[in-house]
Amino acid sequence: MNRLKKCMRLIPLFAVMAFLLAGCGSDKLSALQPQGPVAREQLFLMKFSLSIMVLVTIVVFAIYVWVIVRYRQRKGQENKIPKQVEGSHVLEIIWTTIPIILLLVLAVPTVYYTFKHSADHRADKNAIHVKVTGHQFWWQFEYPDFNIATAQNLVVPANKTIALELASADVSHAFWVPSLAGKVDANPGPVNVLYFQADKIDMFQGRCAELCGASHALMNFTVQSMAEADFQKWVDKMKSPVTVPADAKPGEALFKENCMACHQVSAQGLGVGPNLNGFASRPYIAGVLDNQDAAKKDDNLHKWIADPQGQKPGTKMPAFGQNFGGNLTDDQINQIVKYLHSLN
Amino acid sequence: MANAHAHAHAAVHHEPKRYTGLMDWLTTVDHKKIGILYLIAGGFFFLIGGLEAILIRTQLMYPDQKIFVGDTFNQLTTMHGTTMIFFAAMPLLFAFMNAVVPLQIGARDVAFPFVNALGFWLFFAGGVLMNTSWFLGGAPDAGWTAYAPLSSIIDPDGKFHGVDFYVLGLQIAGIGTLIGGINFLVTIINMRAPGMTFMRMPLFTWTVFVTSILITFAFPAITVALIELMFDRLFHGAFFEASRGGNNVLWEHLFWIFGHPEVYILIMPAFGIISEVVSTFSKKRLFGYSSMVFATVLIGFLSFMVWVHHMFTTGIGAVGNSIFAIATMAIAVPTGVKIFNWLFTLWGGNIRFTVANLFATAFIPTFVMGGVTGVMLAVPAADFQYHDTYFVVAHFHYVIVGGLILSVFAGLYYWWPKMFGRMLSEGLGKVHFWLFFIGFHLTFFPQHFLGLMGLPRRYFTYMPGFGLETGNFISTIGAFLQGLGMIVFLINIIVTARKQKDAGNDPWDGFTLEWTIPSPAPEYNFKQTPLVRGLDAFWKEKMAGNKEMTPAEPIGPIHMPSPSILPFVMSLGLFISGYGFIYHHYIVSGAGLVITIISMFLRSLFDDHGWHIEPEELEEHKGGKA
Repeated sequence: MNRLKKCMRLIPLFAVMAFLLAGCGSDKLSALQPQGPVAREQLFLMKFSLSIMVLVTIVVFAIYVWVIVRYRQRKGQENKIPKQVEGSHVLEIIWTTIPIILLLVLAVPTVYYTFKHSADHRADKNAIHVKVTGHQFWWQFEYPDFNIATAQNLVVPANKTIALELASADVSHAFWVPSLAGKVDANPGPVNVLYFQADKIDMFQGRCAELCGASHALMNFTVQSMAEADFQKWVDKMKSPVTVPADAKPGEALFKENCMACHQVSAQGLGVGPNLNGFASRPYIAGVLDNQDAAKKDDNLHKWIADPQGQKPGTKMPAFGQNFGGNLTDDQINQIVKYLHSLN
Repeated sequence: MANAHAHAHAAVHHEPKRYTGLMDWLTTVDHKKIGILYLIAGGFFFLIGGLEAILIRTQLMYPDQKIFVGDTFNQLTTMHGTTMIFFAAMPLLFAFMNAVVPLQIGARDVAFPFVNALGFWLFFAGGVLMNTSWFLGGAPDAGWTAYAPLSSIIDPDGKFHGVDFYVLGLQIAGIGTLIGGINFLVTIINMRAPGMTFMRMPLFTWTVFVTSILITFAFPAITVALIELMFDRLFHGAFFEASRGGNNVLWEHLFWIFGHPEVYILIMPAFGIISEVVSTFSKKRLFGYSSMVFATVLIGFLSFMVWVHHMFTTGIGAVGNSIFAIATMAIAVPTGVKIFNWLFTLWGGNIRFTVANLFATAFIPTFVMGGVTGVMLAVPAADFQYHDTYFVVAHFHYVIVGGLILSVFAGLYYWWPKMFGRMLSEGLGKVHFWLFFIGFHLTFFPQHFLGLMGLPRRYFTYMPGFGLETGNFISTIGAFLQGLGMIVFLINIIVTARKQKDAGNDPWDGFTLEWTIPSPAPEYNFKQTPLVRGLDAFWKEKMAGNKEMTPAEPIGPIHMPSPSILPFVMSLGLFISGYGFIYHHYIVSGAGLVITIISMFLRSLFDDHGWHIEPEELEEHKGGKA
């Protein structure tokens, strides 16, 4: 039985190895692969607190293993009554004092970084300011400095402080981009703040981290970092008037008729649903379906418009496909798809 | 005058009213039977909660699965959490409190046997009420924490009442828990045998004492929160609605002002069980008893000043977060004291690895791992990453399953003979232990990494390609193993129930008073109240060469409380009333409340002086009959 116990203790070890081989997850999503200063400092805190705790754990486990091996009952000892010990003042002082010292050591960086990472950068003139609003089940991003609004894909310049102000239009959500920064709640009441910075040009995964209803698990978003000049280009493009190619005109008419009540396609329009200006360049449809794979993206968007509930249960968008109780034929939906995918 | 009447009454009606069969269980006020009721009901809800867990893990076994999605999945997680905390863990602990505490302090019953029965039936009514929601339009789906305003959304079609079931179920069960806590507080303060000073109480009794204090102070907070949520949902109140001047963060505060002490309410008795089991099976008295008591009281005290660590990302601000971070870290110190005291109780001992002790010794490293992540979580800036992810899920399952449930099993194997007069099978018990223990670590260890790798909790799916597949798969396999372990345990119970009573008074060579009386204990517990001459009273007598305790009184008639159906009827009234509120049929609510109030009048207007077991009868029952 003892041998079994030893083997069993190896199981977590194997699990650890399995994860190390997997490389701590993806550098797009994992808090263990930070891509900016805030997430990096938070990983430092994790490692620092873990090291202190591993120290304690090693001591405890060593005593534990020694005790259960050394002092287990052996044959013929069934009636042996061991020496009774009431306690030991020296030992008790030791294992009260040492943890207090260890915790004081941990407390210093804890307080330092708690203040640092709660800092309000809204007044920082060099930062990019974004107003984030959580909706069931999508994210709205407004750039008050540039008078533009977008959704689902937060576009930011790399190597610059991004200062967010967060609120919610309905229930509580939480804004989390693990590889860039820890999360903060987006509440329907008073606003919260958060800041981060991306070290490199990449696309990072964001997740909603506060239970917000049926499709909480599908309230994904992305943070796209780009070079400063590209960011400026993106801003300019968002502000320039939308040009629709001729073959997408019928789709535009259908869109105006069926979708405009909720969706804006303009520089700063806000609506019940996400602003779709620049939709074709977004990585995902509704945060979950691929919008870049040329072979799949049209089908995905068709699927979404025809039957949103099937893709994202609880979404407020009604079904438009005739098979799902809507009023649009497959052809009409295809026209809308063509229109939306022309919005670069 | 009333007293004289009582004596005359008792003398005339020498034969008490006694029920048999089902009526016996519905009317019992005997703490031992109520303990068994708590065990059966808590065990039943534990199985339901476990089944929900298996379904959750099945959905998450592979990415992009569509077995339970959206609201269905949210209902599963909400009901899993709520059921496990309120309807499984709490009653299982109340089972031990009832079965053990009066015996450990040398009492014949709890202070208020009637209230004790009422507490059980209220808990049971609340649990059943909430679980019927599965068949009545859908279970609550706003998480066991029921954060507003998600929890205050009302279905415009009026078909879905999930969160109403949550509010009323918890409210009714909560009254039961609250009066149960008060009852044990009074019992431990007033009913101890002569000579049992506070510092001679067994550690399990101590932890129940502290837990009862926590219940008494923490449950009113959830009561207030639930009433506010009830008003928001039923009567269009706006306590938590920002657009009408309310504040949703208020719910979070109220919930966690209750919620944090609640987890200590759960873990305290677990500490007590571990202390008893570890000391008995190493044949050593507990190392550092007085520091253990001090640590228990200190943890209980601190548990009220750390609730904001559940809300670091709510936006409290750096000052508030830092203060609560330091307070949280402080709890690690008394908890560490306990761990080392257990280790040094084992040190130099003569350790028997019975199944009870396997569970108890497995508790120690498992709980340390949960404690380690607890300290890590106390660092707010790092918690911005951990919060609401699988890292937190892993942490609280390490402390609640690895801490509480392992010790519940330790306690069950340890006290089963005292409760039922039969020994659970050690062979099957070992299979149960290994399956459950290995399954537990397989399930929850990988979840630490899943959380850090970007998987939030309460997600019904995750995208493939982000490194989350392996961990989720291992975790699900582990859950299945735990399920297998539970099946073995159920087989063990059935096998044990079918055999002859085989437990002696003192099968484990115990230290405390419960082992001085027959197994199972007779309904009056102690024929003569024992005289306690020190800590570990029975052990002290054994060491002095005595086979039994010195009695503190001569043999005489023993006063017993009468059985009563009123606790059941009172709870039934509130149960009916609950449905009335949920469906806005206030006549039904009124009728239910009338049933309860009439029962309360009946209880108050008619004196019931109980009955006596005469000395001759005690001699007949020498063998001990439950």
